[in-house]
Amino acid sequence: MIHFVVHEEGDGVGVVVVEGVKAGQQLSGWIMEDDKDLDVIAKSDIPIGHKVALKDYRPGDTVIKYGVDIGRVVQPIAKGEHLHVHNVKTKRW
Amino acid sequence: MDLSKASFWGYRRENGRVGVRNHVVVLPVDDLSNAAAQAVENSIKGTLALPHPYGRLQFGADLDLHFRTLIGAGSNPNVAAVIVIGIEEGWTARVVEGIKQTGKPVFGFGIEGHGDHETIRRASQKAKELLQWASELRREQRPLKDLWVSTKCGESDTTSGCGANPTVGNAFDKLYPHGVTLVFGETTELTGGEQLVAARCRNDAVRKKFQFVFDRYQEVIDRHKTGDLMDSQPTKGNIAGGLTTIEEKALGNIQKIGRKCLVDGVLDKAETPTGPGLWFMDSSSAAAEMVTLCAAAGYVVHFFPTGQGNVIGNPILPVIKLCANPRTVRTMSEHIDVDVSGLLRKELTPDQAGDRLLDCMFRTANGRLTAAEALGHREFVLTRLYESA
Repeated sequence: MIHFVVHEEGDGVGVVVVEGVKAGQQLSGWIMEDDKDLDVIAKSDIPIGHKVALKDYRPGDTVIKYGVDIGRVVQPIAKGEHLHVHNVKTKRW
Repeated sequence: MDLSKASFWGYRRENGRVGVRNHVVVLPVDDLSNAAAQAVENSIKGTLALPHPYGRLQFGADLDLHFRTLIGAGSNPNVAAVIVIGIEEGWTARVVEGIKQTGKPVFGFGIEGHGDHETIRRASQKAKELLQWASELRREQRPLKDLWVSTKCGESDTTSGCGANPTVGNAFDKLYPHGVTLVFGETTELTGGEQLVAARCRNDAVRKKFQFVFDRYQEVIDRHKTGDLMDSQPTKGNIAGGLTTIEEKALGNIQKIGRKCLVDGVLDKAETPTGPGLWFMDSSSAAAEMVTLCAAAGYVVHFFPTGQGNVIGNPILPVIKLCANPRTVRTMSEHIDVDVSGLLRKELTPDQAGDRLLDCMFRTANGRLTAAEALGHREFVLTRLYESA
């Protein structure tokens, strides 16, 4: 079963594609670009469509998705945690 | 899907364009004429009124866009004939003359000096003739290249970028080599991925024009913004669906133009393209505005990927909705024409998903009503550039 998908190898986030992911759950991921698998343990409850961090981040770090910069980290994020508007902001506007 | 001999059944219009619907439209020039237009629609069953809130005291580029959008909507090949109603004769005649260039039947009625009753009586008499005339028009088999296909996504979430939008991209990559006329837009919603679109422009001239309209729109945002636009762009719904920044939303959005097709030209809002290929239209990212601009530019079928479940339709441009979010497909199934949620479970390949969308496109072009049409979604929303005089 696929719990999360990753666009490209090297992306720092995965997208949860199932409902009801809970903290502590072992998640199976699929890197779509090269059809590889990877696992991560969820450290937060994460709703469907929301992102799981695939590495540890410090404030000021850049988040990469689709192989491209999608914003800057403003709060520390641990691998497996929910990555969203509470800890990442746009670099534009 | 082999598209080399693909065809569809459409209505060939007087100017050679091909429509997939056969509407007799009652088009108000201004807000004051909505009541009469809707009375004609009520009186002559089967006609379609396009009420809207604007058209008075506009000036300059904003007025030009108003006329271009109304004339474009009336000229769309999904429209067989048009009744135009305005508060006065002058601007009414301007819209009539614009639509008349297509060769289709169009008649104008000014309200001043007659009142609503007399206008409704005269317009209804003509509308009945046109409706009966249009009802005898027949579909004919036309090559795929006669189809004009637009796209714009809405209430996107992260599944849009991994599922529904790449499905449109796959379909666009398959349609492009066959001379289909395609369009995408949403200028500010490319923010963070504009360099990827610039890199896909056919040549430096197109790239320069694209960059110009992109930079111009960024200046509009900078001039009016009071914060980082959170809850507007991305929207509340985008954020609820997991999208965090405009950059992330933009990169998902851009999946709609596939991996192969090039951007062949840049259009102003509601501007009609001059040839086949993929066009970029400088446009708002608000769904109903953008889809209305596509209708006014002459597009006849629309691909609308959604994540959280935007319910939009358009009165003259059939809107095909596709979705990869399994929860939305379950909870809002009546709005979804093409379910591609299997992509996220590896039960569907991108190629199969693209074919599924193309299959729905052909069925829609041949006459099958979309979910939005069956549900009565007729959002006709005019883009305004600034205040009235």
